Amino acid sequence: MLHEALIAPFAEFGFLRRALVGCLAVSLSAPPLGVFLMLRRMSLTGDVLAHGILPGVALGFVVAGLWLPALALGGLLAGLVVALGAGALARATGGREDAALTGLYLTALAAGVTLISWRGSAVELTQLLFGSVLGVDDAALLLMGAAATATLLFLAFAWRPLILECFDPSFARAVGVRGSVWHLGLLALVVGNLVSALQAVGSLMAVGLMMLPAIAARHLAREVGGMVLAAVSIALGATVTGLLASYHLDLPSGPAIVLAAAAAWVMALVFGPVDGLLARHRPRRHLDG
Amino acid sequence: MTRPFLTIENLTVTHGRHPAVHHVSFALKPGGLMAVVGPNGAGKSSLLRAIAGLHKPAEGRVAGFAPGEIALLPQQAMLDRAFPLTCRDAVLFGLWGESGAFAATPKPERVETALDAVGLHGFARRPVGSLSAGQFQRVLFARLLLQDAPVILLDEPFNALDARTAADLLGVMRRWHGEGRTILAVLHDLDLVRREFPETLLLAREAVAVGATETVLSAENRLRARMMSEAWAEAAAPCEREAA
Repeated sequence: MLHEALIAPFAEFGFLRRALVGCLAVSLSAPPLGVFLMLRRMSLTGDVLAHGILPGVALGFVVAGLWLPALALGGLLAGLVVALGAGALARATGGREDAALTGLYLTALAAGVTLISWRGSAVELTQLLFGSVLGVDDAALLLMGAAATATLLFLAFAWRPLILECFDPSFARAVGVRGSVWHLGLLALVVGNLVSALQAVGSLMAVGLMMLPAIAARHLAREVGGMVLAAVSIALGATVTGLLASYHLDLPSGPAIVLAAAAAWVMALVFGPVDGLLARHRPRRHLDG
Repeated sequence: MTRPFLTIENLTVTHGRHPAVHHVSFALKPGGLMAVVGPNGAGKSSLLRAIAGLHKPAEGRVAGFAPGEIALLPQQAMLDRAFPLTCRDAVLFGLWGESGAFAATPKPERVETALDAVGLHGFARRPVGSLSAGQFQRVLFARLLLQDAPVILLDEPFNALDARTAADLLGVMRRWHGEGRTILAVLHDLDLVRREFPETLLLAREAVAVGATETVLSAENRLRARMMSEAWAEAAAPCEREAA
């Protein structure tokens, strides 16, 4: 019975196994990036970049159909343009980065959906926006593995510079940390992860696997290391749960995985020991000194 | 080998085209202890940030020490005090100059010693977000202790602290002075400056006076500093002063 529900789907279907392995790889790499975005007060930036890659993906689709290299290249380029453009646009027009970001992502979403609808069917539009487990071919799997590997390598080097740059930017500069380089690296990998997860969970849902575990982890740990561990665990759990729900209940895979992550976020929000709702409203006995 | 010191020559620091520090020159010998005073907006923090290499001067130069020989205590407003970091990790950043980004062996005992020295025994595992302003300032002093720099810049080190914290941290500064470090500190409390600092720079964008504290803080000089225009003169002509 349990085997039937939890193991059999993966044992039986190769496409589901591929989706599982790919999404587990993304679950290892995307949530730590999400934690750093959150700590830099850039939680919404992931969302903006997810919308930002869409016109590029759409152009790739218009040119080459559902062929991964074209989709990925288009998405990567568009995402990098938005990542660099938002900051530059805000600086060039007198601050207000949130306004520049909002303008960019609304434009990008509309342009992307228009392009895809122009040449594609509603099914293809849904698949690009929300993902499909059937979409994970070998190329997609390799892309997810590559993005995860690059991310984990980057984080091994960027970990302390990123933390220092968030905590005390002037100290970081004074000791020679090139904050903008690490920051751009972070944004580039965010784009890379979103693009790699495109086929499995969709361009709009990939950011859910990045940000929801991260913001849930905020309620579960008091240090960056603990937050990253919690976020990765949540993402891994959400991936397995979401894929099984997608298989058994015939749901699109992206939203199913993101909803599973959202459930974890709600639990953390309510029961989390760090600023969780219950912890805030149910005082414990104080210590004597 | 000469001990590090500070020489500031004709330093101008601008925000956009407007000078925050305007043609300032002074020198501080090795082991010197100097206060920087002046009204709000006089360019005190800009001066410190330019010396620390955080703000590229529009003109002039800073000399007397190598890049790794200077440490800056920033104003608390410049930091993210809610960042999820323990006191231990925050203080450990003080060893960055020594070990770089990849400290092979973190040195917990040195962190503990530094925390003890600033009166924060047992705080190693405390998140910095839970600290009071005074405790947070002690953490920043502990980080400075680990940086172990011969030239130390302090930006309002004793602001908004209670008497005991201020006295403790003043003790740390006196110890640094006793060890022969060169110290430049931005302060507002003139009584404290008269008590503790042999030399003073009175800044009002330009150096109104620099030298022995009693002479610099004369009523006449302070009046001149107060007259400094806070106006943001959009119509001002480009500065024609010769590079000295």
